[in-house]
Amino acid sequence: MRRVCEKIVEGILTCSGFVTSVAVLLIVVFLFAEAMGLFNKKVVEEGYVLAVNKANPVRRLSALQIKEVFDGEITNWKELGGPDVGVTVFRLEDITAYFSEEELGDEYERAPRCVSRVVAGHPGIIAFVPARFVEKDFPGRLLDDECVSFGEVFAGKEWFPTATPAPLFGFLPLVAGTLWVGFFAILFALPFGLSVAVYMSEVAGRRTRGFLKPVIELLSGIPSVVYGFFGLIVVVPLLQRVFGLPVGETGLAGSVVLAVMALPTMITVAEDAMRNCPRAMREASLALGATRWQTIYKVVIPYSVSGIASGVVLGVGRAIGETMAVLMVTGNAAVIPSTLLEPLRTIPATIAAELGEAPSGGVHYEALFLLGVVLFFITMLINLGVEYISSKTGRSK
Amino acid sequence: MDKIDAKHVNFFYGDFQALKDISMTIEEKSVVAFIGPSGCGKSTFLRLFNRMNDLIPGTRLEGEILIDGRDVYDKSVQVDELRKQVGMVFQRPNPFPKSIFENVAYGLRVNGVKDGEFIRHRVEEALKAAALWDEVKHKLKESAFALSGGQQQRLCIARAMAVSPSVLLMDEPASALDPISTAKVEELIHELKTEYTIVIVTHNMQQAARVSDKTAFFYMGSMVEYDDTKKIFTNPGKEATQNYITGRFG
Amino acid sequence: MRQDIFPLQQGGRKRRSQWLAFGVFGLMSYSIVFILFAILGFIIYKGIGVVSWEFLTTAPADGMTGGGVWPAIVGTFYLMAGSALFAFPVGVMSGIYMNEYAPKGWLVRFIRMMTNNLGGIPSVVFGLFGMALFVKYLGFGDSILSGSLTLGLLCVPLVIRTTEESLKAIPDSFREGSRALGATKLQTIWHVVLPMGMPNVITGLILALGRVSGETAPILFTCAAYFLPRLPRSVLDQCMALPYHLYVVSTSGTDMDSQLPLAYGTALVLILIVLVVNLSAHALRRYFSNKVKTN
Repeated sequence: MRRVCEKIVEGILTCSGFVTSVAVLLIVVFLFAEAMGLFNKKVVEEGYVLAVNKANPVRRLSALQIKEVFDGEITNWKELGGPDVGVTVFRLEDITAYFSEEELGDEYERAPRCVSRVVAGHPGIIAFVPARFVEKDFPGRLLDDECVSFGEVFAGKEWFPTATPAPLFGFLPLVAGTLWVGFFAILFALPFGLSVAVYMSEVAGRRTRGFLKPVIELLSGIPSVVYGFFGLIVVVPLLQRVFGLPVGETGLAGSVVLAVMALPTMITVAEDAMRNCPRAMREASLALGATRWQTIYKVVIPYSVSGIASGVVLGVGRAIGETMAVLMVTGNAAVIPSTLLEPLRTIPATIAAELGEAPSGGVHYEALFLLGVVLFFITMLINLGVEYISSKTGRSK
Repeated sequence: MDKIDAKHVNFFYGDFQALKDISMTIEEKSVVAFIGPSGCGKSTFLRLFNRMNDLIPGTRLEGEILIDGRDVYDKSVQVDELRKQVGMVFQRPNPFPKSIFENVAYGLRVNGVKDGEFIRHRVEEALKAAALWDEVKHKLKESAFALSGGQQQRLCIARAMAVSPSVLLMDEPASALDPISTAKVEELIHELKTEYTIVIVTHNMQQAARVSDKTAFFYMGSMVEYDDTKKIFTNPGKEATQNYITGRFG
Repeated sequence: MRQDIFPLQQGGRKRRSQWLAFGVFGLMSYSIVFILFAILGFIIYKGIGVVSWEFLTTAPADGMTGGGVWPAIVGTFYLMAGSALFAFPVGVMSGIYMNEYAPKGWLVRFIRMMTNNLGGIPSVVFGLFGMALFVKYLGFGDSILSGSLTLGLLCVPLVIRTTEESLKAIPDSFREGSRALGATKLQTIWHVVLPMGMPNVITGLILALGRVSGETAPILFTCAAYFLPRLPRSVLDQCMALPYHLYVVSTSGTDMDSQLPLAYGTALVLILIVLVVNLSAHALRRYFSNKVKTN
């Protein structure tokens, strides 16, 4: 009886051993399950169609072209490979400009008829109307219904998830924003992180170290919203004044806040690596008349370089995945950044800011999950990189 | 002429007194062996000569240690200058994770020598002096870790000699080596005696008898006896020494 | 072969460069201390006037421009308790399995890799996952249950790691001693290994709790409510939470002037929780390590 109980407990322990593996697997499965619907979705909002005059030879438009047409940036069909005719944009709400309420009927019951007449009457028309308003003998031609394409998402330069009639889901500005902020955060954090790691492991006495260690731990314990709040109230106005910017919420603010947040990880891992450098190695160097500093940069740092690298890479991972602080201080403009002094938007911030408003199961919702998948794989790559680096050290020891 | 002169040395790790009132003089270009059971303080005493114990927090020294007539714990002494003068070889071979060549060149480089030709010359000299040159001359660029334990230890000796110290401290240099490598190291010590003052800590009494001119026996932090090696091993003055070298304790 | 081979004056140069390098490092280190104290000091200074008994015990009022943070405090503690209830047993058991049972080799390496991976996943991805699995697929809705499970999952890797490390620190001789007396493996773990490792495990758990208390992104879509007039009544209710409340108060709203003091107050309460958690973990660690020494 007791043996049986013991076996059961051991079974439970074994199962729980795999909980993280299962969790990772589940995360992959669920993120993909929610995200993959995106590429089966039509470009144009569900239940709506785009119609043009029968004489118009244009058969398909990309999401970007649709947006430009409806934003008035493309005004002639020539630019879209059609005849030299001006584009007339027609949305359902424009119908009252063409017809009186009597003509439309009390309940808009005659609206389909009217739509047909508008489309037939204007050679340059492009009409965005509900599919149910399209009659059987519709005089215009419906544009081909295209699915959201892979290329438009991963190479698209514009992120307009709520644009009508066709939302744009270009990931490029978000990916670029994430990497941009992350890169500069690490650039700022690196000199600090390495200095502190060296100082703590090699220079500081036991008491100084005993003081710095809890400081670093506290720094890593501060919640990211608090960093974001501090950034918003202190760092953003400060940068705005120093650089004379129209808005202080910029990539720079994000990088500065992220740098502070990435520091503890970097310091802890790098310091551990340096402390693992054997004493014999240090003593050999000192015994040859090297100063402590020479010993550090000629022996200790080369010896622990892979550990230090893991620390830096983990810091990058932390910076890239950070959500709330970045959301609060970077200004969230979805443009591909060219300087640090303009607002930008990262993947995590986009997800956090927009998921609440995206209707579950819709295109926008699925696009956000796809962003989650992208983020997941970026951090997965980073983690595997760390794993690889540290496994290499393990062997050489 | 006295190379090293220790006067009434007391040494403490925190509250623990590791060395008790030790005085001794070591002649230039001689080999002195420190023997005694583990924890008797012989290594601690050795490490005072190049101030390696400075690295351990909470230690305290009383008394004086003079090398070439100068107190090495004097405030005016720069510890890295001292260590250039007083080389050290450790118990376990501890080459750097660098090439064989760079290991030997390290001491020169950290002390500001930039002349590449001179460094090459000096590395060759040191490796020859350590009787390692013929074994490694074709693979100077390879990692020092590729060498055997005995070769690594001779590399460490070459490394210590490259900076041209006048004193060489050896902390159980052969304890991690096989008998053949040990013999080579001992042979080397014999040859180096003409140039260097050598202090060697060992727990191997035959080794002490073979290589040293004088021997000091340490016990419980005190120096029990210090005399010519021949006398210590044939006719020791103290009973404790007698007991130790005949294997009755330790 | 001995000769004077070193350039004169050289010693001074290398000591100067050491002095310079160490000076820079020291300066950098203390600037980090300065950053920490700047953040803490700023929030304490601005928030101390706001935090009062009333602030702590009343609900927000007047459209987030008045009142206190009581429901958010309660919600945060519910979430901490809920995630602890899930993460601790699972994490500790998993840590035990890793250190005591799993055959050393590729399996342990694989599990450890997965654990590290899970630990490195950004919190917002946990939020997405929690929404997909707990909120939608399992139908828990936006609730304390969903939020706790999501947060729990987030800190499982941390719990596993600390458990594993504290068990690893126990010398094998204790296990062998127990086994030699005829105890089974499980008995050994229960009576010898766990009690010895417990102090460190508990310290790790407390730190994990601290992390949970400050996380926002995972509860954005799984649990957090903008405003609730009453306290949650069951695990299937939504709740407010301090970090989310701080986010809301400081970024959205129309009357920034009257909201800002509330934001300072909320930030201070949040920081205090983190401080208390960290300090108690430290105190515990010190207490237990002293105890082991005197035994």
